[in-house]
Amino acid sequence: MLQLQNVHTYYGNIHALKGISLEINQGEIVTLIGSNGAGKSTTLRTISGITPPRTGQVLFEGKTLNSVPAHKIVSQGISQSPEGRRIFANLTVRENLEMGAFTRNDKAEIASDMDRVFELFPRLKERVAQRGGTLSGGEQQMLAIGRALMSRPRLLLLDEPSMGLAPVLVDLIFEIIQNINNQGTTILVVEQNALMALGIAHRAYVLQTGVIVKAGDAATLREDEDVQKAYLGME
Amino acid sequence: MAASQTPSSPQAAPLVPREPFLTKRRAFSIVGLIIFLGFFAIPIYQTILLEMWDSPRQLTQQIVIGLTKGTYIAVIALGYTLVYGILELINFAHGDLFMIGAFLSLIFISLFGLDPKTSSGITIFFSLLGILGLVMLCTAFLNAGIERFAYRPLRNAPRLAPLISAIGMSFVLQNVGIFLGDGLIWDKIADGLGSDAIGRVADAMGTQSVAPKNIPDLLPNGQVFFIPDSLKYTYKDLLVAVVSLGLLAGLYSFVRFTKLGKAIRATAQDRDAARLMGINADRTISVTFLIGGALGGAAGMIVGLYNGTALFSMGFTAGLLSFTAAVLGGIGNILGSALGGLLIGLILALSDQYIGTRWSNAVIFAILVLILLFRPTGLLGQEGGQKA
Repeated sequence: MLQLQNVHTYYGNIHALKGISLEINQGEIVTLIGSNGAGKSTTLRTISGITPPRTGQVLFEGKTLNSVPAHKIVSQGISQSPEGRRIFANLTVRENLEMGAFTRNDKAEIASDMDRVFELFPRLKERVAQRGGTLSGGEQQMLAIGRALMSRPRLLLLDEPSMGLAPVLVDLIFEIIQNINNQGTTILVVEQNALMALGIAHRAYVLQTGVIVKAGDAATLREDEDVQKAYLGME
Repeated sequence: MAASQTPSSPQAAPLVPREPFLTKRRAFSIVGLIIFLGFFAIPIYQTILLEMWDSPRQLTQQIVIGLTKGTYIAVIALGYTLVYGILELINFAHGDLFMIGAFLSLIFISLFGLDPKTSSGITIFFSLLGILGLVMLCTAFLNAGIERFAYRPLRNAPRLAPLISAIGMSFVLQNVGIFLGDGLIWDKIADGLGSDAIGRVADAMGTQSVAPKNIPDLLPNGQVFFIPDSLKYTYKDLLVAVVSLGLLAGLYSFVRFTKLGKAIRATAQDRDAARLMGINADRTISVTFLIGGALGGAAGMIVGLYNGTALFSMGFTAGLLSFTAAVLGGIGNILGSALGGLLIGLILALSDQYIGTRWSNAVIFAILVLILLFRPTGLLGQEGGQKA
């Protein structure tokens, strides 16, 4: 479904991704794990067109995304819940969700999708008229994921969905991610909480300073000694 | 699961505890102010208050006029606030765009041959409505063009660069104003084309390009109400207030309720997140400049007709007042800027009457400093900048 072929991305002179190649198949949950600054978020930003690749190919369903501007990538079927949630703090919960559906014009369908988001996250329904900035961290994360779902993506990119959340909320969010996947959306999730991510993913890539150092089945990587040492906090 | 499934409280707790109102710094400022005002200014306040007390009618008159002026100051202030909200750029050229609006309306009025003595009221009404539309269209595209060629190429440059570019555009527009005000050039064009209409423009501009131009007194001067001795309110005043308030209300509902308006607010708050939603940030910024330009042009026409003159440097003065209004109310916040405009109009009128015209700017800026001391983000602005 999505292929990255030898992708190099720069921030000015900083070489952030040094030749990333990865593949995501229809229906999968794939996770990218790695420590701070490894290039996980940059990979998602590259796919979404916010920081386009300098060389290499990003292919979605066989078509290149390299020169597609960020705002046109959403209508291709990819949406992202960015790192730090990036909620529109002064827009209400409803308006935030409406912005998620910005590229669509089918009002009735948008309304039913909003109901679907409220089914996944009943808390959002209670706060529908509240400003995004007044929500708690967990609620903002729910809103960010719900907002990304409003464009009806075939591929959903999630950047650090567990960041800053209480452990109980982390469980809930990951449960919902699995739910979304079961309903047919392919997911690429970037996580520092490698244990949780490997628990729900089918496959995983390990990123280190802009390079993929390991790839494979999530279950296999979970047993991998190096991965356990570096990312799972086991000796 | 406990945290996620407890019934929700009506309001989530604010993340940062509120700063106590009376900090040490503020306490010092207050004491300082009291000493300053007490020793130096009490006699002045006494006379002012006595004067206000003596003639409530005069006071009412000034308040009514001040609020009327305030409405168009608010319209200009919104141009600053919209652009600041989305780009964090102070568009110094906005005041001069307002001036161009006044000049364009004079040009169109002359082209149409409108004359308060010969044209009928109905003709004047519909022509002015049409001219308002034309002027708004011209200044809208002028403003969007300025953004496209003077600001957008500098979008990723250090923040000072677009600011300098804006100051440059301000000078460019002032010179365009001088050029438009040159009757000799219009004369040549009129001769070349053999056009009477353009000849009328040349007459209206006169031979001195930098001199103030007279705009015909086309607005009705009848009294809406009149109380002997001082209180009067003309249809002209009413018209200015109604048109300005209409523009304000229109803008507010556009930004608040339409999809494009919400996209403007989203882009103002987080441009990259907006792009992730599929919002074309460049287009949204262009729309913002179109709207800001239209408002500036409309205000130019309103003020031009209201005061009966147009001058190439009028944008600087009006721009300074309106920018102050925007900062006072909370730049980036639409309601705040409108409120700031009304307040500045009010202060201006009261100060003109009771303190003296030449002190008015000093009074306005003193009040601005005072308010910013207590609310650095302006009256309705929020920490971290509430935008649009």
